Amino acid sequence: MEILSNLALGFSVALTPFTLMLAVIGCFLGTIIGALPGLGPSNGVAILIPITFTMGLDATSALVLMTSVYYGAMYGGRISSILLNIPGDEPALMTTLDGYPMAKKGRAGDALVLSGVASFVGALLATIGLMFLAPVLARVAYLFGPSEYFALYLLAFCTLGGLASNNQAKAAIAACIGLGIAMIGLDTVTGMPRLTFGNLHLMDGVDFLVAIVGLFAIAEVFFFIESHGKDTSIGVKLEKVTLPIRDIVSSGWTMLRCSVLGFIAGVLPGAGASLGSFLAYMSEKSIAGPNGGFGTGVPKGVAAPEAGNNAAAGGALVPMLTLGVPGSGTTAVLLALLMTLNITPGPTLFAERPEVVWGLIASLLIANFVLLLMNVPLVKIFVRVLQVPAWVLLPGVTMISFVGIYSLTGSYFDLLLMVAFGALGYVLRKLDVPTVPIILGILLGNEMEENLRRAMVISDGDWTYLFSSPIAIGLWIAAVAGFMAPLFLRKLLKKPQMITD
Amino acid sequence: MPNITLKALGLGAALSLGALAANAAECIAPANPGGGWDFTCRQIGKILYGIGQVDSPVQVTNMAGAGGGLAFTHVVNERNDDPDLIVAASSATTTRLAQNAFGGATADQVRFVGAIGADPGVIVVAADSEYETLDDLVNAIKENPGKITFAGGSAVGGFDHMKPLMITKAAGIDDVRAIKYIGVDGGADAITQTVGGFTQAMTGDMSEIVGFIKSGEVRALAVLTEERVPGFEDIPTAMEQGYDVVAVNWRGLYVPKGISDEDFSAWAEKLQAVADSDEWKAAMEANGLAPFTKVGDDFQNWIDQVVADTESMSRELGVIQ
Repeated sequence: MEILSNLALGFSVALTPFTLMLAVIGCFLGTIIGALPGLGPSNGVAILIPITFTMGLDATSALVLMTSVYYGAMYGGRISSILLNIPGDEPALMTTLDGYPMAKKGRAGDALVLSGVASFVGALLATIGLMFLAPVLARVAYLFGPSEYFALYLLAFCTLGGLASNNQAKAAIAACIGLGIAMIGLDTVTGMPRLTFGNLHLMDGVDFLVAIVGLFAIAEVFFFIESHGKDTSIGVKLEKVTLPIRDIVSSGWTMLRCSVLGFIAGVLPGAGASLGSFLAYMSEKSIAGPNGGFGTGVPKGVAAPEAGNNAAAGGALVPMLTLGVPGSGTTAVLLALLMTLNITPGPTLFAERPEVVWGLIASLLIANFVLLLMNVPLVKIFVRVLQVPAWVLLPGVTMISFVGIYSLTGSYFDLLLMVAFGALGYVLRKLDVPTVPIILGILLGNEMEENLRRAMVISDGDWTYLFSSPIAIGLWIAAVAGFMAPLFLRKLLKKPQMITD
Repeated sequence: MPNITLKALGLGAALSLGALAANAAECIAPANPGGGWDFTCRQIGKILYGIGQVDSPVQVTNMAGAGGGLAFTHVVNERNDDPDLIVAASSATTTRLAQNAFGGATADQVRFVGAIGADPGVIVVAADSEYETLDDLVNAIKENPGKITFAGGSAVGGFDHMKPLMITKAAGIDDVRAIKYIGVDGGADAITQTVGGFTQAMTGDMSEIVGFIKSGEVRALAVLTEERVPGFEDIPTAMEQGYDVVAVNWRGLYVPKGISDEDFSAWAEKLQAVADSDEWKAAMEANGLAPFTKVGDDFQNWIDQVVADTESMSRELGVIQ
């Protein structure tokens, strides 16, 4: 039992009082960072890196602290999604779709506990997957070339139509706006600037965090101003927190399926946690069918994206550790931390530095249990942060948004851009155009375009190259089915109920 | 209840206050955490403090944007006389300056204070590739350029793209546009694409391939240095295979133009002290860097030459008009 002895080695490293303390601190900080809009896991971890150096932590302690923050932020992101309808970070985007309606029905506590449990299941399964399968799974990355990635992103966009249940055309428009915004910046194939109007700040394109915070948090502030504090969506009541056992049991399979799907999405470099939670949500939605009530605040709609994004967070560690290819923004930051500690992730890491790898895995397991405790019985503490009266909370959210966004690039330009996105979000919400597809367009549009163009360079412009592998063909079939299915289903079934929010 | 809010706000305040520590040296990494510039700042910063060259820890600021252009214009326009500021730089910086990719900024708007290590350029193929030597690969390109695609971590026209172009040019292939190249997100990603068989060769830096060489997944066809690299003596240089190409990615720093000569020399000395330290030697070894130390005016003169060379070469290659 080599794994057991390795794990024992890992726990011997991770289970000292000092590292345990670091894990608890990391989980707590991470949950808060995740819950605050504008501070996502990647800039949260990046901001904390210098602290590990000034504290003089050794490699393992620093890793324990940072990964606890990472996992904590993945848990925390859901809190503001559910209570405020503002995603705390980009993977928590999908949790707003059912989490917030559920909270509005007066079941905020249930939604929080359920999503906490779903996060735990997803993260735990992913950590176990990382433990047993990492060296094998690293090979999966070798199977994905430009045409496969293109088909994968296409699949995501094809299922997008099902996202807005009341008006698909508006969802499509929103996705196009997102894709258009994604085009801004340096064209990586020719190196030519596009839609930058000669502005150096736009050369790297628009950071999706700027868009998320603007479209959700700042737009919310505008609505608040308009209504003079009345009729704002802020202020969901949370009475008492109980364990919604029936919901947890009934979403059991959902959590398992989404964990597996999220983990796979995480393992693929370039897909990441956002795609993980998106695919998890969409697949559960199609399994449930139009009568499943997704989008109206059903427990499964809360459990699915949370299990998916937490599993993807664990999955993203696989290519980071075994190949040195970060699978997401946050793992890119963790990669930087490792390299600063003179640990070069790559194919030889598991053999050469077992104490680092297994210490990390053990601390992930510990962090996960700490987070379950912190996020289920103690969830009220975090909720209180967001439960102060709206006239106190919103200025606070605004301030933190500004600080968080400024910490991204240290330029005031992003702040202006964020406010512009806020105005856009306000207008779009008035027009009843959903904002989630915009974010997905920005998140996935660039990668999708780049992979298409890489495929075209490799094949000298031969489009049949896009269907040249079984994986690509499979993804294309799924994409076409995902696009066509709702069209036919709608004729068979009644028009879905109007849901506005 | 308000207590918690205050804590949350306090966190935000603490985060912003951390950036204002008085008079501590600051190192700007003009990219997101994770890349070579970030590594340069964090390692040099850590060692500077560790060996007592600075009194307080060096604050590392990540200022990503425009491939380093945002940080460059920031330094030129807003920090031109800040003696406590150092900025991470590498071959990519001078390549982009030479190709006018920083929106009109030029290399003489800052002072290049030193390089303390270089990442040798490499050309690698998958372990099961049919190409055994650089000659095999170049001949295959001569036969049918459409068959070979290079993958690298920099955008088109970047330093990783230049390496295969320099080799094919040395081999007498004049049409540089026939050489196919895709830019992906970093060297490791380029290797993944090459091992996966989607591209036929990878162009990058030694540090990016160390782990994959050890695990036997890739084969290095050539290292682009004058001598073979210590620790990797079995990798032949391009020169000994008949291609007169040297391309190393140096790791170093620049400082604002407006600082005094004394401050400039002081940074040069500090950098020399880092280069001589055991910590830096260990860091270089762990990251596949080869020794390459040039500091002060010596380095500035070398940079002027490199920029001039890159500019004329880019013009020749058609990357700039």
